Amino acid sequence: MSTVATAPSTTRQPKPGLTDRAKGERALGWKLAGPAFVVMLLVTAYPIFQAIWNSLFSFRLTDPASRKFVFLGNYVTIVTDPLFWLAVGNTLFITVVTVVVELVIGMALAMLMNKVIWPRKTLRTVVLVPYSIITVVSAFAWFYGVQISTGFLNHWLEALTFGAWDVNFNWFGHWWSSMLVICMSEIWKTTPFMSLLLLSGLAQIDGAMEEAAKVDGATFWQRMFKVVLPNMKAAIMVAVLFRTLDAFRIFDNVFIMTQGAQNTTTFSLLAYDQTINRVEIGMGSAISVLLFLSVLLIAAIFVRGFKVDLTGGRN
Amino acid sequence: MGIASLFIILFTIIPLLWIFSLSVKSTEAQLDPSLNVFGNFFPKPSEMTFKNYELILTGGASELFVPALINSLVVCLLATVIAVVLAMFCAYAIARLDFPGKKIILVTALAVSFFPVISLVTPLFNVWSKIGLFDTRIGLIIPYLSLTLPLAIWTLSAFFQQIPWEMEQAAQVDGATSWQAFRKVIVPLASPGVFTTAIITFFTAWNDFVFAISLTSDKARTVPAALAFFTGASQFEQPFGAISAAAVIVTIPVVILVLLFQQRIVSGLTSGAVKG
Repeated sequence: MSTVATAPSTTRQPKPGLTDRAKGERALGWKLAGPAFVVMLLVTAYPIFQAIWNSLFSFRLTDPASRKFVFLGNYVTIVTDPLFWLAVGNTLFITVVTVVVELVIGMALAMLMNKVIWPRKTLRTVVLVPYSIITVVSAFAWFYGVQISTGFLNHWLEALTFGAWDVNFNWFGHWWSSMLVICMSEIWKTTPFMSLLLLSGLAQIDGAMEEAAKVDGATFWQRMFKVVLPNMKAAIMVAVLFRTLDAFRIFDNVFIMTQGAQNTTTFSLLAYDQTINRVEIGMGSAISVLLFLSVLLIAAIFVRGFKVDLTGGRN
Repeated sequence: MGIASLFIILFTIIPLLWIFSLSVKSTEAQLDPSLNVFGNFFPKPSEMTFKNYELILTGGASELFVPALINSLVVCLLATVIAVVLAMFCAYAIARLDFPGKKIILVTALAVSFFPVISLVTPLFNVWSKIGLFDTRIGLIIPYLSLTLPLAIWTLSAFFQQIPWEMEQAAQVDGATSWQAFRKVIVPLASPGVFTTAIITFFTAWNDFVFAISLTSDKARTVPAALAFFTGASQFEQPFGAISAAAVIVTIPVVILVLLFQQRIVSGLTSGAVKG
C-alpha cells in the first residue's frame, strides 16, 4: 500500500542575490538530500529503463540463445490478445468498484469519527486495525471465510435467509462471486486509509460555515453538497487518486484467492505470470511497461483533469 | 450513531477473530461444523488447541516459518533504517535549507511511490538472476527502498516542516554551541516524527508480497511469501490452521504497535496531507 503524506509547504523568502552563505546552503542542501534522491532514482529509473529495453526482445530466460530483437512485436502480441483485455477489464472493474464504495463508506466513517462522541477513541483505534494487517493475511482470512469446507459465511447467509441460501455455494466457482470477495477484502483492508485522509479534510472545514447553513434552514443533504463536499474537494481528490493508483496495482488478494481462475486475472497478475512463471522476460517486461504507462496516465488525468495539486504551493 | 459505530467495529473485527479462530481449531473441528459455534465460526471450548502454534514455532513447519520470520525482520528493519536515515538528511535539507530542486525531490518521491511494483520486478528478476542477488536478503532490501524511501521522505518532510527551527537560533543566542542547540532543541522535537515515520515505513515493507514472491525462492523468503507457498503434508490437506497461526503471529506485534501509537500514526499518515 502506498501511503503518501503531503507536501510540506515551502514558504521561504526569496533570496536576495547569492551570497556565500546562500551558496553554501545550496551545496549543503544537495549534499544532504542528494543521496536519498539518487537512491530513489537508482531503484526505480534503472529497472524501468531496463524493462523498456527488455520489452523489445523476444527473450525467454530458460533459453537465452534464442534472444531476438522484435521491436514492438511483444506489444502487438499483447494488445491483440483477449486475455490482456480481460485483465485490463477486471482491473478497471475492481478499481472503480472499490474506490467508489470506499469513498462512500470512507466518507460516512470520517463523518462518524468527526462527530460521534461515545465510542470515538475506540472507533478510531479499531478503524486503523485493518490498515496494519498484512494484505496477504487479510486475503487468507477472506479466502478461508467464504470457502465451502472451512468457511462461516455460507452458514451465516443460510441462517439469515432462513435456509434459502445454499450452504455449499462455491464462491470461487463464478466470476461475479470471486470478484465480489476480492473487492470486499480490498475494501475491508483499505477503507481506513481513505477515511483517515477524508477525516483530515473534514477537520479543516470551518464549523461556523456549516452552522450558518443550518441556521438558514439547509437540510442535511444541502449542507453536505453545498458546504461540506465543495470545501474538502482537495482532500477527496487526493484520497481518490491514491486509492485509484493503489487499486489499479492490485495483486496480493487475487494471487491468494483465485490465482486468476474464473477469468479473474488482473494486470499485475498477468505481468507476474509472464515473468516469473513463464520466464518470458521480453513479454513480461512489455506488460510491465504498459502497466507503468497506465498508472502514469491515471496520475496525469487526475493532476490535470481534476486539478489535484500534490506538491505544496497550496497556501 | 452508536449503532453505526458498533456495526463498523464488528465489520472490522470479524475477519480478525476469524483468522484467530482458525488458528486454534482442532483438526476435528476444522472438518466438522458441528464442533463449532456461531455457524462454523468459533471452535467449542473443548475443541480449542494451540497445536498449530506449536507446529509452526517448534514443530514440523518451524523450518519454514522461523527462518521466514527472521528474514522478514532483518530485511524490513534494514530497509527501514536505511530509508529513514537517508530520508532524515533529505527532509532536514528540505525543511531547513534553501536550495533549488526541493520540489523536484518531492515530485520524484511521489512518482516513485506511484510506481507499480510489478513493473520493477520483471527487470530486477532478470538482473538479480544474472548477478546472483536472486534469493538473497540484499536482493530484497534494495527494491524495498523503492517502497520505503518515498514514504519516509514525504512523512518526514511534513513533520520537519512543523518544527520551529528558530528555536535553535534562540538557544545559540542564549550561549549554546550550534551542536548543543541542535541536540538539545531540535532532536527532541524531531524524534517523535522520526519514530512514527519508522513505524509506518516498517509496515510498508512488512506488507510487501510482490517482491518477496518474485525475487526469492527459499533462502530469503519473507513471511507473506512463505504463507502463500506453504503447503500441507499432502496435496489433499490444506494447512489452513498452520497458516492462520502464522498469520496471527505476524499480525499481533504490528497491531500492538498501531494501538500504542495510534494518534501519532494517524497524524503521520495524514500530516499536512490535504490542506484545502
